[in-house]
Amino acid sequence: MQGPLIDTLARQGVTRRAFMKYCATLASMMALPPAAGRAMAEAMAAAPAAAKRPSVIWLPFQECTGCTESITRSHSPSLEGLIFDAISLDYQETLMAAAGHQAEEALHAAMKANEGKYLLIVDGSIPLGLDGAYSCIAGKSNLEALKEAAKGAAAIVAMGSCAAYGGIPKANPNPTGAVSVSDIIKDKPIINIPGCPPIPVVMTGVLAHFLTFGSLPELDGKGRPKAFYGETIHDRCYRRPFYDQGKFAKTFDDEGARNGWCLFELGCKGPVTYNACATVKWNGGTSWPVESGHGCLGCSEPDFWDAGGFYKALSMPADPLKMVANAAVVGAAAGVAISFANRGKKSAAKSAHETTTLADLEK
Amino acid sequence: MNDMQFLTWVRGTGLDIAVSIFLLGVIWRLFEIYSIGRKQDLAAPRSTPGASGLHTIFRRSVPPEGMMKRSPVSYIGGYVFHIGLAIVVFLFAPHILLISNLTGLSWPGLPSQFIDLITVVTMAAMVLVLFDRINKPVKRFLSTFGDWFTWTLTFLPLLTGWLSVQHLLLPYTTMLALHILSVELLLVFLPFTKLFHAFTVFGSRWYIGKINGHKGVAV
Repeated sequence: MQGPLIDTLARQGVTRRAFMKYCATLASMMALPPAAGRAMAEAMAAAPAAAKRPSVIWLPFQECTGCTESITRSHSPSLEGLIFDAISLDYQETLMAAAGHQAEEALHAAMKANEGKYLLIVDGSIPLGLDGAYSCIAGKSNLEALKEAAKGAAAIVAMGSCAAYGGIPKANPNPTGAVSVSDIIKDKPIINIPGCPPIPVVMTGVLAHFLTFGSLPELDGKGRPKAFYGETIHDRCYRRPFYDQGKFAKTFDDEGARNGWCLFELGCKGPVTYNACATVKWNGGTSWPVESGHGCLGCSEPDFWDAGGFYKALSMPADPLKMVANAAVVGAAAGVAISFANRGKKSAAKSAHETTTLADLEK
Repeated sequence: MNDMQFLTWVRGTGLDIAVSIFLLGVIWRLFEIYSIGRKQDLAAPRSTPGASGLHTIFRRSVPPEGMMKRSPVSYIGGYVFHIGLAIVVFLFAPHILLISNLTGLSWPGLPSQFIDLITVVTMAAMVLVLFDRINKPVKRFLSTFGDWFTWTLTFLPLLTGWLSVQHLLLPYTTMLALHILSVELLLVFLPFTKLFHAFTVFGSRWYIGKINGHKGVAV
């Protein structure tokens, strides 16, 4: 196997064998057939010189850069980072050296040169309030920028929960009128990679799939790749046996917590959260939130900020029951009123009662 | 509305509405029923051993002689589904957590696999009881809309709860939300249907037992 990527990898001390192994792992994680690993390796290795590599444009909107941080930092200098060598990342504000007009030029040049072929990655939500004035780049609102960039895109990747579902900016009361990419763009294939931030390998997996097959992987009902979002955290959690046994940590520092018991009662949203954290883990397989002793926040699900609080168990009320006390009073009042009405009826019947005498019967 | 918003609604506003209607209805009906009173029986009371309100409360939980043979489905099915329902509702850890959050009362739960088994047995018993109701002409004749309706109201929470745990039919989040919604429907209708026997069964047995006891009849 030859190609610019293989040469780059070799220079960085990564053997061909390690690269093949990585592609095979990636393919198996995505539940693709074994041959797909080799196909991926070949597609990426064959990626030609800089000018012809598939163009990727990354637009940041209302975001915290956490998604970029997650992908670039947590895995560097691992093999996953190197997948970027197979693409031409033509615009990424955080990573690119250019700034201001130069950056804008790069963006427009890439859009023009790769019309209809580039992959558009978006992180951050799009504000619609005040005509989009809450977030502008180069004098353009995010809405305008997205529409413009989406026009020539082959597909769009909504990276992170903000781009996929609105995320934190959309949380109640949503002051900026934030919406997701799929709320605006209806005529392009969109793949959601939610998470706050998303798992790096999910992103590289999707990129590898796109590079190899020229298409997006199979998606679930919420636009997420099924390979990574097919199962809940709860079902794959190593603490699951404790849930089944009814062994729960009651506080973050009790005996149960020290014994690694289930965090359901501490508000873990694992049962309703579809993501790969429990299997892929974070930071090169070091750990993940539940392993470090904190329940899942549900960050890869829409509106997880407004799902009743991070520390309330799923079976607990999402909000305090406000009407109950009043309802009890109304119930008591209604009961007493009806009691009096019934008593009234009874005494009316009693007073209306005519005594029957022997004489009446003989009539 | 996506599935998470649906779940949050049933856990929040929906639960608030349901619990409120439930409490309103229960308090209202308890006041209404127990304030009706009864005309004093001026006849001299006869005393027969075993004829009293307290005796009737217990006696009516045991099938009268010969009835077990005549109607085994009603008795055995009835027992299994009532006891099963109580176990599932009160001894599943997430349910205890909800009760403890609402009332402050808490007790240990049972392993979820055991609850799972009991749920299946309970549902089987309920289906059997329903089949018997349809199959026996007298039972069918005596059944009204209320009977079919309350059977459904009771069965749905069991079914949706089991389906959600087993990850069948719908994604867990949606099924869990439907489960909670079905329980809320049960709560809303409980005070106004025959399901209110959950609150009145022992009271009414005592009442009937006392009236009959006064007449010296042990029933």
